[in-house]
Amino acid sequence: MTPSTPDPQGTHAVMVRRKQADVAPATSALRVVWRAVATIWSVPKARVGVALLGFFVLLAVFAPLIAPYDPSDNSFGRSEDFSAAHWMGTTAAGQDVLSQIIHGASTSVFVGFVAGLLSTIIAVTIGLTWGYLRNITGDVINFVVNLFLVIPALPLMIVIAAYLQNGGIGMIIFVVVITGWAWGARVLRSQTQSLRSRDFVTAAVFSGDGPARIVFREILPNMTSLIVGSFFGAATAAILAEAGLEFLGLGDSTTISWGTMLFWAQNSNALLTGQWILLFAPGLCISLLATSLSLINFGVDGLSNPRLREGANR
Amino acid sequence: MRFLLTKVGLLVLTLWAAITLNFLLPRLMPGSPADAAIAKLAQNGPVSNATRASIEAQLGVPTGSMFDQYLQYLGNVAQFDFGVSYTFFPQSVAGLVGAALPWTLVLVGLVTIVAFIAGTLLGVLAAWKRGTWLDTLPTVGGTFASAFPYFWTALLLLFFLGYVLGWFPTSGAYGRGATPEFTGAFLLDALYHSLLPATTILITSLGGWILGMRSTMINTLGDDYVTFAEANGLRPRTVAIRYAARNAILPNLTSFGLALGGVVGGSLLVERVFNYPGVGYLLYTAVVNQDFPLMQGLFLIITISVLMANFIVDILYGILDPRTRR
Repeated sequence: MTPSTPDPQGTHAVMVRRKQADVAPATSALRVVWRAVATIWSVPKARVGVALLGFFVLLAVFAPLIAPYDPSDNSFGRSEDFSAAHWMGTTAAGQDVLSQIIHGASTSVFVGFVAGLLSTIIAVTIGLTWGYLRNITGDVINFVVNLFLVIPALPLMIVIAAYLQNGGIGMIIFVVVITGWAWGARVLRSQTQSLRSRDFVTAAVFSGDGPARIVFREILPNMTSLIVGSFFGAATAAILAEAGLEFLGLGDSTTISWGTMLFWAQNSNALLTGQWILLFAPGLCISLLATSLSLINFGVDGLSNPRLREGANR
Repeated sequence: MRFLLTKVGLLVLTLWAAITLNFLLPRLMPGSPADAAIAKLAQNGPVSNATRASIEAQLGVPTGSMFDQYLQYLGNVAQFDFGVSYTFFPQSVAGLVGAALPWTLVLVGLVTIVAFIAGTLLGVLAAWKRGTWLDTLPTVGGTFASAFPYFWTALLLLFFLGYVLGWFPTSGAYGRGATPEFTGAFLLDALYHSLLPATTILITSLGGWILGMRSTMINTLGDDYVTFAEANGLRPRTVAIRYAARNAILPNLTSFGLALGGVVGGSLLVERVFNYPGVGYLLYTAVVNQDFPLMQGLFLIITISVLMANFIVDILYGILDPRTRR
């Protein structure tokens, strides 16, 4: 063990908080979340990410209030340039671009959150069981996970989406989850394997705990940062995949989202008419949202290992 | 030798699983793709019995038991018979895929190797000069650039360098009227057309290699043998390259195989943007026209290519790191 000299005030604060948590168990879950956010916030890169993500989430939640027009209202002039009435101009179908961008945030945030969450649940369930098992089932799962890791995800998504014609957001989430859980499962498996031989697991076995309790009550809390990390990773992948599928026209092309905006931009020849904002804005939003999630991941490492918190180890 | 045999065995098993997945996929889907395919094909003229049987074997029509269909399917795949495309009727899927594959293989293959080498070098530099601008710039830039959707980078490059400035051709893999042949002029033309797609893939995939190499290199820099080498008074460059980087490159190579799938997926979208006549553009055409036989054939070929690349990386890893051979 490396001798670490944690900041005495920090430990004190934690102990005080623990005491408070004992006093008021009802609010303890909230406290855990609050402390997690504080830990992430203490890393500068992650702070930028949290701020960016917060911006997009606000945009997504309050889209109907913020957007100047209804995003599918096509009663305006076609392919108009910037003006006071339309800050980003209008699309070839006569819709307000800014309103579409704002409403597009809802779709991306929703798909990222739901698909990320579902992939993570599958990854946690499979990764932890697979890491704890030491029999033939483990070998079979190993093979299946490796297969899903090595099969290129996007072509698989394209093929499935092509069979499920124009399925909309639900179909896209389904396709993304099917192809997106394997990476998290593998990472969580290897961590489970290394934790399985620790003393506290042996102690739990000797005290007569069943495998399910050991896996989900003893091992799981030690992997908080990996699980949160794989959630953000899966959400990023989901947002990019959604945009890619919609860009190819595989989703429901009447959905208002950044991917369909790019689909229409290419199909209505925004390249030739010189309306660069139609290409630039949706793509930039996708990139910024995805970057915010990657930046947050820089701060996630400190969640279950205090020694990795920035500044704590020196 | 035992290492090689295990790897080959695993490859065969994985190939079998991928082919079986390809067999099951259309059969698990709602509706009957084969009926739709035959109906669509019938619009082009009468459907011969052989063609019908071939499509049914590919896409599944309840003739005979599932097991019989499976055997017939395996037989067809072994003979590279993937049926007939009905977008490009009466060309065979195998012929179409064969014509498109070289474009993608050369483009993606070369760019990936360049990106891997350049990214690894930048990662070494970033880890060695930790905390300076040589570290911050590639790390932050790489994080941001790898969040770019491939097709967006492609669209931006196409718009600004292709349409606005007119420096590069905006579509296709060679000039209009040129026929593919091995002459200097044609190769130069093809190279010119491939620059924008190649740059797109390079920009988007570079960041991953930089970040991966940087983090493993930082780990090896903390190892005792690096401290020892420094204490011995070796030149900093020797320590960085011959000691730290050399050991850090192995884990990065493992992720090479896994990242390849992502690069291939991204390049499919890039080909769509540039109308590049590779596998991705063909897959797009197949999807738009609901050309299921072509789509299945392409998916199988793409999967097999990625599996083979992974196999090669695995073997290379065994050669570079004797510990894995045991």
